[in-house]
Amino acid sequence: MLSLRQVAKSYDGIPALAPLDLELERGSTTVLIGPSGCGKSTLLRLMNGLIAPSGGSVVFDGQPLTPALVRAMRHRMGYVIQSGGLFPHLSARDNVTLLARHLGRDTGWIAGRVDELAALVQLPSDRLDRFPLELSGGQQQRVGLMRALMLDPDVLLLDEPLGALDPMIRADLQNDLRAIFSSLHKTVVLVTHDLYEAGFFGDTILLMKNGRIEQRGTFQELLDTPANDFVRAFVNAQRQVVG
Amino acid sequence: MNTITAWCRETLRRSVSTGVAMLLVLTAWEATAQPIRVGSKAFTEGVILGEVVTGLIASAGYTTQHRASLGGTTFAWNALLAGELDAYPDYSGTLIQEILDADSISTLAELEQVLTTHGVRMAPPLGFNNTYAIGMRADRAEALGIRTVSDLRQHTELVGGFSTEFMNRSDGWPGLRDAYNLPHRNVRGLDHDLAYRGLESGHIDFTDLYSTDAEVAYYGLHTLIDDAGFFPEYQAVILYRADLVDRVPEIDALLGRLAGQIDEAAMTRMNARAKIDRESEGQIAADFLNGGILDEPVAAVAVESRTQRILRYTREHLRLVLISLTAAILAAIPLGILSARRPNLGAVILGVVGVIYTIPSLALLVFMIPILGIGGPPAMVALFLYSLLPIVRNTHAGLLDIPLPLRESAEALGLSPAATLWQVELPLASRAILTGVKTSAIITIGTATLGALIGAGGYGQPILTGIRLDDVGLILEGAIPAAVLALVAQMLFAVAERVMVPRGLQLQRDR
Repeated sequence: MLSLRQVAKSYDGIPALAPLDLELERGSTTVLIGPSGCGKSTLLRLMNGLIAPSGGSVVFDGQPLTPALVRAMRHRMGYVIQSGGLFPHLSARDNVTLLARHLGRDTGWIAGRVDELAALVQLPSDRLDRFPLELSGGQQQRVGLMRALMLDPDVLLLDEPLGALDPMIRADLQNDLRAIFSSLHKTVVLVTHDLYEAGFFGDTILLMKNGRIEQRGTFQELLDTPANDFVRAFVNAQRQVVG
Repeated sequence: MNTITAWCRETLRRSVSTGVAMLLVLTAWEATAQPIRVGSKAFTEGVILGEVVTGLIASAGYTTQHRASLGGTTFAWNALLAGELDAYPDYSGTLIQEILDADSISTLAELEQVLTTHGVRMAPPLGFNNTYAIGMRADRAEALGIRTVSDLRQHTELVGGFSTEFMNRSDGWPGLRDAYNLPHRNVRGLDHDLAYRGLESGHIDFTDLYSTDAEVAYYGLHTLIDDAGFFPEYQAVILYRADLVDRVPEIDALLGRLAGQIDEAAMTRMNARAKIDRESEGQIAADFLNGGILDEPVAAVAVESRTQRILRYTREHLRLVLISLTAAILAAIPLGILSARRPNLGAVILGVVGVIYTIPSLALLVFMIPILGIGGPPAMVALFLYSLLPIVRNTHAGLLDIPLPLRESAEALGLSPAATLWQVELPLASRAILTGVKTSAIITIGTATLGALIGAGGYGQPILTGIRLDDVGLILEGAIPAAVLALVAQMLFAVAERVMVPRGLQLQRDR
């Protein structure tokens, strides 16, 4: 679905991401994890062209991501960031439907789709006509997810979508998100710094450090056969936090 | 990115051409049905003589207009050259020293000759010499034993206060100081009419006078003898465009009737009627014309009631403010957008509008006379230029202040650049933009009072006249409505903010 071929990124000659290859199968869930500044958000933003690579190419559904194609490709890639990235001047409904209206989709179809998504993310329908500032953090994330899913994209990119939430709400939303991912069967890439969240969501986990992938594998593989000392230390540190 | 730039450029081009078209229409509109336009400079004697000339030409059956109280010699002279005025009164000394800067001219005949090369003709002198003089309070002069300008040399402690023009004219203070070798350091510039008050209160000791000033007698002033013969002659003359004869064939004969008809005593009396007795210049001029100049008596122009006057000033003022502000909004918002999109170009744009903002308004108005003449259009262009900075700057800042996650969210959605701008960026920046417009509106309401200096009318008119006649009531007639207008504008913008800033953004402040 999405391939990265020798993709690298550097800022003013300082490398932020070493050249890497990555193949994301349709319907797979991949989690990018690592300490702050490891390049996981950079990698995610290279996938939908928010950042242009310094080398290599991103190929989406068989076509390279070029400036001419990037906008149409983004319509097929939902993007959710921490605290939703909702536009404060638009109601929840207008946030969700902004792109569809801009693309001239049928209003009846739009209304039906909004109801469908509200049910999917379990957002009470009276919340749709509120402004983002009138919603709780969890509700904002649910609206953000609705906006990302509005055009039924092939790929869903999520940058620490649960990072700003209280533990209780976070657990709720984790469960809901996993159910949504598996029911929709989309190609999902999720960034987190929490190893257990990674294990909870990911078929494949990429553990990164200083712009390099230290290990790719399942949660169990990371626990059982750490590739090097860094992976071992990272896993142990997270284990201690959980207790 | 390129599409955005193209879009901005297109919008910008459209706004600018709309603005230019608007100004052209206005100029064309003002140019139709041209009356004979007489000008006068902003001092009482000038206005009275302007009324005399206006009444004289009107008596021959022509439609006339008196564009009174223009901001200074440069304004009036340039307006005459530009064809914005057909005639105005001036003085031989001013013409030789100040306008033509030609010391070689020593006779009126030579002056007339030189003026002809500028397409300007000069009617025979009116009969009085309103020369500069240096005046002191008589009691103070007597106490210090000062009779002549040379005597000032012995009294370096004295403070001079001169009209701004006198401070800078070669035939004013700089020339006088050199000619008499005067050592005074403590010299300040102030409005001529305020100088009398300064003398009376003792804040200044000597000032420049005109020999026909009504105040010389009124305030008990002593005129110092010009013992070195420094001040040239200031024969009052009427200047008019050589081509005026095409429209008023008998202009020479008409103005000829004024030749030698006003001596110094007569002019001083007329000045006193205006400044001390507070009679209208129109009435004084009509009385003079009816006292032997005209065969058929003319009536003074009907004097407006205070309410009528204020309504007219309000209309003129609003017109200046609304047109210039609208044009500024149309040009400045696209410029602000462009500045935010293209940082390098933005630095240039912000720099240029910033520099424009610092140009002194009088200088800007002087530059504009040869291009746009006098009256509304140049004032509007000046106000337009001054309004740009707050709007461009706030649009620029408002767009750059949009949090990065929101900008990225819009980009990641795959909205077109135009949709991003209209649906996301401009609404998010709307409060900042509106604040810029509000600042510009308030500044424009205040600055528009300067429009009166070039005959654009508005609240500046009573303020200028009030300063000239030393009439606080008249000053307030302009100052109070201007302040009220500023307050009303503030309130309207508070309402506009409620309507135009999206409700979702207002929640932030309400909490």
